[in-house]
Amino acid sequence: MSLPSPRYIPHTEDDVRLMLAAIGVTDLDALFASVPEKLRLARALAIPQVASEQEVAAELAALAARNVNAGSHDWFLGAGIYSHYAPTAIDALISRAEFTTAYTPYQPEISQGTLQTIFEWQTMICGLTGLEVSNASLYDGASATAEAVLMAMRLARRHKVVVAHGLHPHYGEVLASYVRALDAEIVAAPRAADGRTAPVDALVDDETACVVVQQPSFLGPVQDLAAIGAAAHARGALFVVVVNEALSLGLLRAPGDLGADIVCGEAQSFGVPMSFGGPALGFLATRDRHVRQMPGRLCGETVDSRGKRGFVLTLSTREQHIRREKATSNICTNQGLCLLIATVYLSLLGRVGLAKLARLNFAKAEYMKQQVRQTSGLGLPLPAPTFNEFVVSVPDAPAALARALDAGIVGGLDLAPYAPELGSSLLVCATELSTRDAIDRLIAALAGRTS
Amino acid sequence: MSSERGRDAGPERIGNATYGLSWEEPLLFERSRPGRVGYSIPEADVPLAEPESVFEAGFLRDDLPALPELSEVDVVRHFTRISTWNAAVDLALYPLGSCTMKYNPKINEWAARLPGFASIHPLQPAGTAQGVLELCWRLEQALAEISGMDRVSMQPAAGAQGELTGIMMVRAYHEHRGDARNIVLVPDSAHGTNPASAALNDYRVVTIPSGRDGILHPEAVAKVMTPDVAALMVTNPNTLGLFETHIAEICDIVHAHGGLVYGDGANLNALLGIARPGDLGIDVMHFNLHKTFSTPHGGGGPGSGPVGVKNILAPYLPVPMVRKRAGSEGEGFALDYEFPHSIGRVHANFGNVGMLVRAWAYLRSLGPEGLRLCAEMAVLNANYLLARLRGAWHVPIDRPVMHECVLSDKQLEPFGITTLDVAKRLIDYGYHPPTVYFPLIVHGSIMIEPTESESLEGLDRFADAMLAIAEEARSDPEHVRTAPHRTRLARLDETRAARHPVLRWQPES
Repeated sequence: MSLPSPRYIPHTEDDVRLMLAAIGVTDLDALFASVPEKLRLARALAIPQVASEQEVAAELAALAARNVNAGSHDWFLGAGIYSHYAPTAIDALISRAEFTTAYTPYQPEISQGTLQTIFEWQTMICGLTGLEVSNASLYDGASATAEAVLMAMRLARRHKVVVAHGLHPHYGEVLASYVRALDAEIVAAPRAADGRTAPVDALVDDETACVVVQQPSFLGPVQDLAAIGAAAHARGALFVVVVNEALSLGLLRAPGDLGADIVCGEAQSFGVPMSFGGPALGFLATRDRHVRQMPGRLCGETVDSRGKRGFVLTLSTREQHIRREKATSNICTNQGLCLLIATVYLSLLGRVGLAKLARLNFAKAEYMKQQVRQTSGLGLPLPAPTFNEFVVSVPDAPAALARALDAGIVGGLDLAPYAPELGSSLLVCATELSTRDAIDRLIAALAGRTS
Repeated sequence: MSSERGRDAGPERIGNATYGLSWEEPLLFERSRPGRVGYSIPEADVPLAEPESVFEAGFLRDDLPALPELSEVDVVRHFTRISTWNAAVDLALYPLGSCTMKYNPKINEWAARLPGFASIHPLQPAGTAQGVLELCWRLEQALAEISGMDRVSMQPAAGAQGELTGIMMVRAYHEHRGDARNIVLVPDSAHGTNPASAALNDYRVVTIPSGRDGILHPEAVAKVMTPDVAALMVTNPNTLGLFETHIAEICDIVHAHGGLVYGDGANLNALLGIARPGDLGIDVMHFNLHKTFSTPHGGGGPGSGPVGVKNILAPYLPVPMVRKRAGSEGEGFALDYEFPHSIGRVHANFGNVGMLVRAWAYLRSLGPEGLRLCAEMAVLNANYLLARLRGAWHVPIDRPVMHECVLSDKQLEPFGITTLDVAKRLIDYGYHPPTVYFPLIVHGSIMIEPTESESLEGLDRFADAMLAIAEEARSDPEHVRTAPHRTRLARLDETRAARHPVLRWQPES
């Protein structure tokens, strides 16, 4: 017997012999007797041969080096995934193997670290959204939006979904995938001239399960939630608010205070690396009375047999492992470690820090807008107020982005595929990482000036 | 030390465990002190515009968000302390059946944190992201080869989303052929996600009973196989750890009636390099990169659930896919949206790419022989445990197993000891308990998956603990029934949590 010895597998040849004897078989092949001979793979897998750790490290470093990144370039591209500073304490804490190499806390007595974190996350999300109950994360903002709509359809027992203008187009596509098999009708509201959604009142009727609005809009404008919520509630529909720049919650009025019944979206901005868009951090919060229709894990407080406080997963009669085809969702594994990242991030910032950082993001974007206004050839086509992201009109958007890239800047998103009616334009985003100097250089590059 | 802990009070080792100091730690909100902050915001280098002068009344927060106030030291101590209350793979065997809690290599973590992977954006031009696109493409090739599938989408963020995506494609396939079908077949041993994923696609779920030998039989499938059946969802090896020996014949029956076969890849670890789902007749399947391919479970994710298909389902794949350029297009990799019957997107971006980086590092570190060895050692470990525990423990279906084995509490019933008690007592011995009360078809099931990561002496220690508990159940059942005794918290009251839900912290009024 001659076995390969990858460093992750501890068995020696002596061990294997002893174990085979204990089992009562003569060789490893005999362990697979239940796999019919004709179904077995008669050759080695045609995948790359084994490499040493230093070779693997070199290969991966070489692949990584071929990606322009926010460490190598100034970054103004957002559109749902944002470049923010993540304090170093986060990675130190989430790298603790007790967090990283544990699983879903099915056995609470030996999982209190994970459970307490979930409970703290749920509390923070309730505070930020102005709602009463939050789950323990969903995959990303898009699936959270789809789950919120499915939940609203169950609650309202209605089939029509009104989507206000400004939902991230990819979220809209995921929503369409999720409801395709169901008897659902999706109605899209148009955009008003100022960039916000046009009034939805005329689109909402007695068949409408919910009105979905993203805040801020995909194009940047901060929407009038109170008006949209009133339109939804006037016809007995639920009001669903989607947030994908979670930092905006530090500045803008909590959606729950403006009538939202469900607030969901993407919390990647809270310290989660961009990672090409995933793993991200979907979240969903609602009112207490809707809790039984929520998707996903929930953590609740209880006591142990000696009366001491502890935490457990709870209300699991909503979930697939208990209810199977009658569950509120099929979700099992969610985004636990990303939830931990965001909880650490929000603890470090705290109430004052989050508000200050949100205001700094706003100020950077306002400065950038000011520079756009003062630059001939560039314009701000949508006048509604924005948070940290907005549309800039620019002659020949692809050429402008190419000039920016040459100057070491990832300049924003060409809106041609997403909002062709705006003509040549870019969606640009400023965060605390955008220095005044980088903003000035971006404006120069977009305008075709050498700075 | 309190006397109620009895013989567990001493510092002596039992199983994997001994006593240590354990820290108390309140909730973040209880630690909060007004004025503390753990983050340093840079001085503004631009004028501090006033939002109040830009927004209409009622749009802005008029209070600070409800978050705790802590210094960096507070935050670091808080999370370090509570981390010590978790069991974890890096501490000890974590034999959670069907979850494949194998070792999570450290180079994977290092690679995913490289700025060229961690700090890249899904909407940056493909020309500036060639390294990550090449990685996705190579991983697709490897997963296709390992599974015998033709194409693999990386979008699903976890296994359950892979199932949902797969069944969406099944539905699109039948609808495109004008062949409306409304039933999905699921064995009674299936994971709960299978029927839930089918139901989300508006399919009616029909359950197929497993045979007395724990596997599916062609006759049972034939009996319910009608032209209304869109697909059979099957897990192989199944959740009893048994290979579905009749899988090829079963797939033939489903195909003969125009149905498709979905493979739940949760237990793929047992088959690596041994047999390929595609060769068995599976048409569409998901992979759990966080199980089979060593990406960490993270306390409940992020996972990654790529979904593989045979060519007949390729037109329905989610978009975009990654394509290698050819011919006059030049070199490199591009995003491909040319799937005319695509079900659309299931993820805002490309799925959990950070997990793809880790899985690729793992595949490169093992190669074809190492991967096959994973399957062999995982199966060897499960059968070795079964050999050591048989007799002292009831084995409801006593056959050679693949990567996991299922026991039950039947022999402990006379002493009033249940599977839950056994699970809690195992904690005292320093182990995370196995999966319990699943699969549902075994009363009081205890599902043990040791994985290939565990050494012979580690398995022996775990087997000794199981044998000791079987003995304790007879000699001192009360001690088992009141376990755990050595943890910071004793058994938690889950009924109370559900009856009186407290789902967030609120200040005492």
